[in-house]
Amino acid sequence: MISAIRDPRSSILLALLLALDGCRAERVPSSGDTSAARAAVATIAGARVGAPAPSSDSGQWTMPAKDFANSRFSELAQVTAQNAKNLRQSWSFSTGVLRGHEGAPLVVNNTMYVVTPFPNVAYAFDLTQPGAPLKWKYRPNTAEAAVGIACCDVVNRGAAYADGILVYNRLDGHTVAVRATDGTELWDTALGDINRGETMTMAPLVAKGKVFVGNSGGEMGVRGWMAALDLKTGKELWRAFSTGSDKDVRIGTRFKPFYASDRGTDLGLSSWPGTSWKTGGGAVWGWLSYDPQLNLIYSGTSNPGPWNQDARPGDNKWTCAILARDADTGEVVWAYQITPHDLWDYDGVNENILADLPIHGTMRKVLVHFDRNGFQYTIDRATGEVLLAKAFVPANWSADFDLTTGRHQLVPSKMTKQGAKTTDICPSLEGGKNEQPAAFSPRTGLFYVPTNNLCMDFEVRAVSYIAGTPYIGANAPEKGGPGGYKGEFMAWDATTGTKRWGIREPFPVWSGVLATAGDVVFYGTLDGWFKAIDAKSGAELWKQKLSSGIIGNPMTFLGPDGKQYVAVYSGIGGDMGLLIAGDVAASPSYDVRQRGTTLPDLAKFTSWGGTVHVFSLP
Amino acid sequence: MSAVIGDRCSVFGFLLLGMGAGSAIGVQAAPDQRVPITDHRAQRAALRVCSDPNNLPFSDKQGGGFENKIAELIARDMHARLEYTWSPQRRGFVKRTLNADECDLIIGVPIGYGLVTTTAPYYRSSYVFVSRAGSAAPRSLDDPQLRRARIGVALIGSHYQNTPPGHALAARGIVQNVVGYPVYGDYAKRAAPPELIDAVANGEIDVAIAWGPVAGYWASRRRNALVVTPIAALTDSAALPMNFEIALGVRRGDTSLAARLNDILARNRRAINSILDSYGIPRAR
Repeated sequence: MISAIRDPRSSILLALLLALDGCRAERVPSSGDTSAARAAVATIAGARVGAPAPSSDSGQWTMPAKDFANSRFSELAQVTAQNAKNLRQSWSFSTGVLRGHEGAPLVVNNTMYVVTPFPNVAYAFDLTQPGAPLKWKYRPNTAEAAVGIACCDVVNRGAAYADGILVYNRLDGHTVAVRATDGTELWDTALGDINRGETMTMAPLVAKGKVFVGNSGGEMGVRGWMAALDLKTGKELWRAFSTGSDKDVRIGTRFKPFYASDRGTDLGLSSWPGTSWKTGGGAVWGWLSYDPQLNLIYSGTSNPGPWNQDARPGDNKWTCAILARDADTGEVVWAYQITPHDLWDYDGVNENILADLPIHGTMRKVLVHFDRNGFQYTIDRATGEVLLAKAFVPANWSADFDLTTGRHQLVPSKMTKQGAKTTDICPSLEGGKNEQPAAFSPRTGLFYVPTNNLCMDFEVRAVSYIAGTPYIGANAPEKGGPGGYKGEFMAWDATTGTKRWGIREPFPVWSGVLATAGDVVFYGTLDGWFKAIDAKSGAELWKQKLSSGIIGNPMTFLGPDGKQYVAVYSGIGGDMGLLIAGDVAASPSYDVRQRGTTLPDLAKFTSWGGTVHVFSLP
Repeated sequence: MSAVIGDRCSVFGFLLLGMGAGSAIGVQAAPDQRVPITDHRAQRAALRVCSDPNNLPFSDKQGGGFENKIAELIARDMHARLEYTWSPQRRGFVKRTLNADECDLIIGVPIGYGLVTTTAPYYRSSYVFVSRAGSAAPRSLDDPQLRRARIGVALIGSHYQNTPPGHALAARGIVQNVVGYPVYGDYAKRAAPPELIDAVANGEIDVAIAWGPVAGYWASRRRNALVVTPIAALTDSAALPMNFEIALGVRRGDTSLAARLNDILARNRRAINSILDSYGIPRAR
C-alpha cells in the first residue's frame, strides 16, 4: 500500500469499491455521498474569463485554446444538457497519420484547419460544402531525423490564426506560416536544431502581430527558450532563454518576483553547477496565455535536464517555473519556480488559465495552473503571489506548502536518488495532469480538469543503447494510484482548491476539455470514448466511441448553416500512447517507463490512426 | 520457394520467409507459430541489415564503418546479398527497424539489451579517458585531477539517464567542472567527429570520458594529438558497469537466426578482430 497519500478525494471504502470495478468510468461526488451526485453544484458568482475572445469570434475558434486566457470556453449554447443526447457525427476525415493527435482544429471564415503530427501536414476544409471537401493541403518538408529526437511521440499541438495567416511549428524546429485562403507558404523560420535535441511540438500563440513559440527537448540537453517572431515576415524579434544570465533570460529592472528565493542576480547561472545551465532544459513546450491589459505572456518551463539530480545541485532556475514576460520585449516581470531542483520530471509547462475569481471575498485577477506535481496553484497574475496551492490528486512528495516562501516541504522518502530505489511516488512522472489542457466556465466558475491517477517507483535498470553508445538507464514503472482507477475528469473550484465532482476513468484522461455556454463540457478518453457531461452536476449526457483513443482537445464552432458543431481528434499516441501494451506497443527502448505494465489492457480498446470527427445535433 | 538457391541460402531464405510472415501477425509470436506466406524477399537470399546512415566509426551509408564491414563479412559467409535499411540509431530505432520488419539484423547491440535477442558477444569495450598528448591522462575515476580538470561526457537525453561515467562523476560530487555534449553526431555533416572528441583536441575541455569505439576511432585519426586511456575498472558500482559486451541483435525470439550467426561469428573471429583493429576500437578483457 501507499502510505502518507495526500488524497483530497473520496473515502477509502469508495476507493475499494472502485478498485473492484476499475474498468468502467464512474461518477463520484467528492464527498463520497452518492445522494449528492445528481444535485447541481453551486456556481461561483462573479467568475470571469481573464482575457475573453471578442464576441464577434464566438462562432469561430481562431487560436489553440479559444482565447488568450486559455479558457477553452465557448459562448455557443445550442447544445444543452437537455439535447446533448442527440449529438451525432456529421462528418469525419482521416488525417492519414497514425501517431498521436494532440491539439485541436481551428475554424475561421467557414474553413477548418487541421495540423497533423509529423510530418506536420496542414489541411483546410471548406465547411460550406457538403462533406467539407479540402480547399488545400500543405505538406512541409519536415526532416525525418526529428522523429528519433522527439521524446514523447511526434505530436503537434496545433496552429494559430491571425490576419489571414495560419502559423504552426514543425517537429524539426521550424515555424511555418501559410496563407489561410490557399495554403501558400509565406515564410519558414528555422529556430531549433534537432542535432542538439531540439524539436518543436507546441502550438504558437499570436498576439499583437507577434508569434510566440518555444522549444521541446527538456531531457535532451537542450537549453529552453521562447521566441517572438514577426507574424508578417517570420523574422525573430527576440529570444529569451530559460537558463543562463539575466541578460539571456531577459531579466532586467522590471523583474519583481514575489518570493525571496526567486530574487537575485543571474540565478539562471548561479543555481547550476559549472556550465550545466547550457544544457539545463527548461524547454517551453506547453500552452501560452496572454493578458492584453497587463501585456504579459505567461509560459511554463520544463524539467531540468539532462543530468540526474546529483549532478545539478541547486534550484536549477528557471526550470519547472512560470514566467510572465512583457509581450513586446520578452522582459520577465515576475517568475515563480513551482518545483525547484526537480527530482521527478515535474515539468511546469501546463496551461495557465487566466480568470477573474472571488478569493476570500475579493475579486482577484488570477492565473490557475494544474501542475504535473499534483498541485493546483491559484496565482495573482500581476504579481506572481500564490494565493493557494492544493493537491488535486494524491501528491505524497510534499509534506506541506508554505504560502510565505512559495515552497513545498519535501518528504525525504519520496526523493529520487541515482542508484537507489524509491517506491510509490505520487504523482508519477506523467504528473497529476500533463499537457492535456483543462477548461474554465465563467458560468459555473469551475475548472474542468483531465487528470491522471498514477504513481511510480524509481530505480536503476538494465542496459540501454543509443547512437552506438551503451549506458544504464533508469526505470520508473508506473501504476494506478490509490483507488484502482488511473484517471479522473473533475470539476474544480480554484477559489478554495477543492473538487466539486469527478468522473473516474480506467485510464488516464489525456484529452483536453471544452466548456460551453450550454453548460455542457466535453472530453475524450484514451480508450476512445468522446463524452458530453453536464457542467453543473457531472452527469454523463452522451458518449460516442471513436475510431482511436482521444488525446486531442475538443473545440466547437458555428457552421455556415447556423448550427453548433463540436470537433475533436481521435488518434492514440503522445506520451501515454507510447505505453500501450500488446502489438501496438511503441515505446522507445530507453524510455524510463515500463512498457506494457502501465496500461496493460488499453490495446483491447483502441489502436493507432488519426481522424478529425465533427458532431452536431440532428 | 528457395529450391533454386544454394544449400546455405535455402536455410537462410526459409528463415527470412518465416520472419516476414511473423511480423504480419505480431512480433511477439514465437517462430514456430508463424504461418509461411508468399514473400518476394524469400525468392532471393538477402541479409537484411538495419544501420545508421551517418554514425562513424559504426556505420555510414557509404559502407565506411566497421559494422558495415562485419555485415559484409556475414553476408559473404551466408552467400547472401547484403540489403540495408538506413535509419538513425535514435529513439525508436528497434521499433522502426527490426520490429517493423525492415530488416532482420542489427550489427551492434550490448548484451543485456532487452529489446532484441542477442548473439554471443564479438567484442568487449569500455569507457575511456581521452586526453591531449603531453598532458597526464587520468588513471581512474578516482584520479584527483578529475576534481580540477574540465571534463566532457556524452549526454544521453532521456529522463534521469546518463552514461555510466556521468553518473560516476556525480556520485563523487564532481559536478562543477563537467560539461555535456550531445551523444548524436551532426547529421548535417558527413563523417564528422563528435563534438565531445573535438572539444579535447581544441582545448575546450581537458578530458573526455567517452565510449571506447567512438574515442578509439576518432583519436586514431588524430594520433599525435589525442591519447586514449581505458577505464580499467569493470564497474564503478554494482549498478554502473564501465565495460559492455557488444553482440549482433536479431528480432526478439529469433533464436534460429541467432544460432546461425553465432556459428558465423565463431568461424570468423580472427577476421572480425582484424576489422576492429583497423578501426582503432579499444577492447577490454
